[in-house]
Amino acid sequence: MPSDAQPQDRLNDFVVKFANVNGTGSASANALIMKAIFRSGVPVIGKNYFPSNIQGLPTWYEIRVTREGHMARAGRVDLMLAMNSETYAADVREVAAGGFVLYDSTWPRSTLLSRDDITVLGVPLARLCNERFDGVRNRILMKNICYAGAVAALLDIDLEVIRTLVTEQYAKKPKLAEANMAAIGLGYEYAKAHLPCPLPFKVARLDKTEGHVLIDGNTAAGLGCVYAGATVGAWYPITPSTSLMDGFRGFCERLRVDAATGERNYVVLQAEDELAAIGMVIGASWNGARAFTPTSGPGLSLMNEFLGLAYYSEVPCVIFDVQRVGPSTGMPTRTQQCDLLLAAYASHGDTRHVLLFPANPEECFYFARDAFDLAERLQTPVLVLSDIDIGMNDWMCPDLKWDDAYVPDRGKLLGNEEIEKLTKFQRYIDHDGDGIPYRTLPGVNPKGAYFTRGSGHNKYGVYTEDSAEYQEVLDRLTRKFEGAKARVPKAVLEGPGTREVGIVSIGSCDGAVREALGTLAKAGIAVDYLRVRGFPFGEEVEEFLARHATLFVVEQNRDAQLKSLLTLETRVEKARLKSILHYDGMPLTADFVVQGVRAGLAAALPRAALAR
Amino acid sequence: MTSITKPKIAHPSLPKNELGLTRREYEGGMSTLCAGCGHDSITAAIVEACWGMSLRPEQLVKLSGIGCSSKTTAYFVSGAHGFNSVHGRMPSIASGANAANRELYYIGVSGDGDSLSIGLGQLAHAIRRNVNMLYLIENNGVYGLTKGQFSASADIGTKSKKGEANQQPPIDPVLLALTLGASFVGRGFSGDKRQLVPMIQAGLAHPGFAIIDVLSPCVTFNDHEGSTKSYAFTREHYHAAADFVPPSKEIAVEYAEGSATVVPMHDGSHVRLRKLETGYDASDRASAYQYIEAKLKEGEYVTGLIHASDGSGNEMHAVNQTSSTALNKIPYSKLSPGSATLAKLMDRYR
Repeated sequence: MPSDAQPQDRLNDFVVKFANVNGTGSASANALIMKAIFRSGVPVIGKNYFPSNIQGLPTWYEIRVTREGHMARAGRVDLMLAMNSETYAADVREVAAGGFVLYDSTWPRSTLLSRDDITVLGVPLARLCNERFDGVRNRILMKNICYAGAVAALLDIDLEVIRTLVTEQYAKKPKLAEANMAAIGLGYEYAKAHLPCPLPFKVARLDKTEGHVLIDGNTAAGLGCVYAGATVGAWYPITPSTSLMDGFRGFCERLRVDAATGERNYVVLQAEDELAAIGMVIGASWNGARAFTPTSGPGLSLMNEFLGLAYYSEVPCVIFDVQRVGPSTGMPTRTQQCDLLLAAYASHGDTRHVLLFPANPEECFYFARDAFDLAERLQTPVLVLSDIDIGMNDWMCPDLKWDDAYVPDRGKLLGNEEIEKLTKFQRYIDHDGDGIPYRTLPGVNPKGAYFTRGSGHNKYGVYTEDSAEYQEVLDRLTRKFEGAKARVPKAVLEGPGTREVGIVSIGSCDGAVREALGTLAKAGIAVDYLRVRGFPFGEEVEEFLARHATLFVVEQNRDAQLKSLLTLETRVEKARLKSILHYDGMPLTADFVVQGVRAGLAAALPRAALAR
Repeated sequence: MTSITKPKIAHPSLPKNELGLTRREYEGGMSTLCAGCGHDSITAAIVEACWGMSLRPEQLVKLSGIGCSSKTTAYFVSGAHGFNSVHGRMPSIASGANAANRELYYIGVSGDGDSLSIGLGQLAHAIRRNVNMLYLIENNGVYGLTKGQFSASADIGTKSKKGEANQQPPIDPVLLALTLGASFVGRGFSGDKRQLVPMIQAGLAHPGFAIIDVLSPCVTFNDHEGSTKSYAFTREHYHAAADFVPPSKEIAVEYAEGSATVVPMHDGSHVRLRKLETGYDASDRASAYQYIEAKLKEGEYVTGLIHASDGSGNEMHAVNQTSSTALNKIPYSKLSPGSATLAKLMDRYR
């Protein structure tokens, strides 16, 4: 998207960024613009870059309007709404040449005029709102809604679409709807009268959002837990996973309360820490409920000991790790894929865990269902690794759908009648040769009783310190884990089917990688792409790695954790994998991937030439 | 150490409970604890209590952490599921298990190390959450499996087997539970089964979190000169060779309500117990606290039901308005909102 592109090229293809102060109510104004563009049938991506703070620090919201339906951050800004005087300088620097800055000209700022390759637009937002509205708080809120009006005029967004949205939002408070529309009108009219409307880049109606929603991954995952039949959620509040439990609880309050009795067919337990949260999940799952906990890196660190217990004593449980920047407290509101190794090998001793890697909210929803099915089928912890970018940003996804024929896979769970037929129940015997034993629940039948322990046990579930008996159980666990390869979601393969260059990537890198494939193809570089969606890696991953001469692994962490996992858990030679690593806390861009591939290929060339 | 299975043969003359079951059917695996361990007496009391209540074995759920005490869940009611979890974290397992199925009886067995050090936070929050369960602390003032370090319930001045004197004040689980609002608080002595059995039954029946601190002498690591633990007072000389466990009989005692008694320990030391008087009012938390604290200062451990009040109002499920049917029994058809609801829900996200 070169800056000197013709206006026609910029139709429905640009980035608007809002620089705000945290806690001023800007989020609803920004969401309004985003939804209005979406309702105009134009694909959008919203990214929220917010501080670990409640009020006062800088916060940004970025909307990429993308007629092609790309899914990644663009890495450039065409229109900056500079609403935070603290960050003016940096915000102005970020605007692409030929771009625009809009600011509150109630207080003119000469510093904004430091660049001659961008255009500064002034709207006296504070003055307009102070004249029209009463009350300090109200004026601040209305100032934000007012700029949304100016943006609508600049981008040629249909005011009727905005009116519909506002009416829907304040359906129960018509006075508020009226005030909001008045503020929007103020900004809209001022812009029309004083600014060059519309800008060279603008919104024009399309029909590309039909059958789609704007939803964040945490909400989708919480909804997935409801549909999967989860009844127990335990958690300790931690950014950025909190909204997953908020989502689950919110849906349950609407959908899981018995109308006649007011009784709740679910329970949400706020634990004293993550150790207790995972303990509750293990206790509930052991006792036959579908139970889960959402957390993030620091919480997952604390859960390690219990995850080892669940692995070894074979208790199903589901953990959502919404990854954030580490190490330690790190940057709690920034994104990264930095828990791959922690999750794969959580806890001391020989442990390996089943992992799912959703790439977007749609997969968060369906993988929530899969996670419960896999956990119960395999009787082991299943960790769903999402991240802030997926979990807390609104993504455009196809409508989530549910198959009413779905029956939860409870795995090898014996009921009363089946237990009654047994002469003796023995917990850890591999009757079927798949490494998966049968389990029973408390309260059903005394013949089904067994003793669950994290200490050494034999296949009968009895305490042992006998080498052969111990090893027999451990080896069966390996067989069970091997069997998981065919059960986790298959890796997704895209591309022309070359034998030359291949990219392996994961999770929220997906949008950027797919966009990069298009750019590279236009430049004559054919690249195949494999997105892993589960661990342990299936045979399709082995095949992809074996087939391509040059392999790039694209991921969002410093230490190449996906590459490490591939070298440890597949037959690929380590030297054949080149890393493209992004770990600054911002979502990945296609440009970064393109540059990484180009640089990698250039570096590889001389050697290849020598070899000839 | 492998576990030992006890043959389940009951003599026809053994008495039967309302379910027609003998005490043998409430037993578990053979104990692998030291001979004379107080914990084994508590195990026997649990067997007696469950038999006496005519509990169906599968109605009981046994939970524990790590330590000598936590092993004992394998030694009673083999017809009940047991979960020997990780050190100090049994309360969270119990909370989750109870969340999934509120219809069963939950008994957690823990020790002073498991509950008052590594697991203090989880114990406190299980009390606060008011999980409907009976929580037993088998309290011997010492870490047995790691060979005799002080636990958080050891008294100031009490000496370890190696002669080191404890400098830190003890945490008393009874005072702790009273402070945190537990609605059923008791203290027992492993050697006083007559008092302990009905207290266990009352604790199991109590609708809410019930805790009983059971003083339970460690014959191997806290049974030497200089050890006060709770067992203050007179003692005589005793030397045991390292790792040598002297054969000993379990200590038993019977005495009248309201009286104090001095119980001789295996090594000749003594613990002074005071049984609550018949007219003692267990319903008032504040006066219970004052009384227990005053007696502790005098070196007396008061035993009996120290405090009981109605715990049902803020019991975990009551607070959460959970379904009266166990959550794990609700059919999936009642849990899934269905495809039509999802389709409607999607309109909120456009």
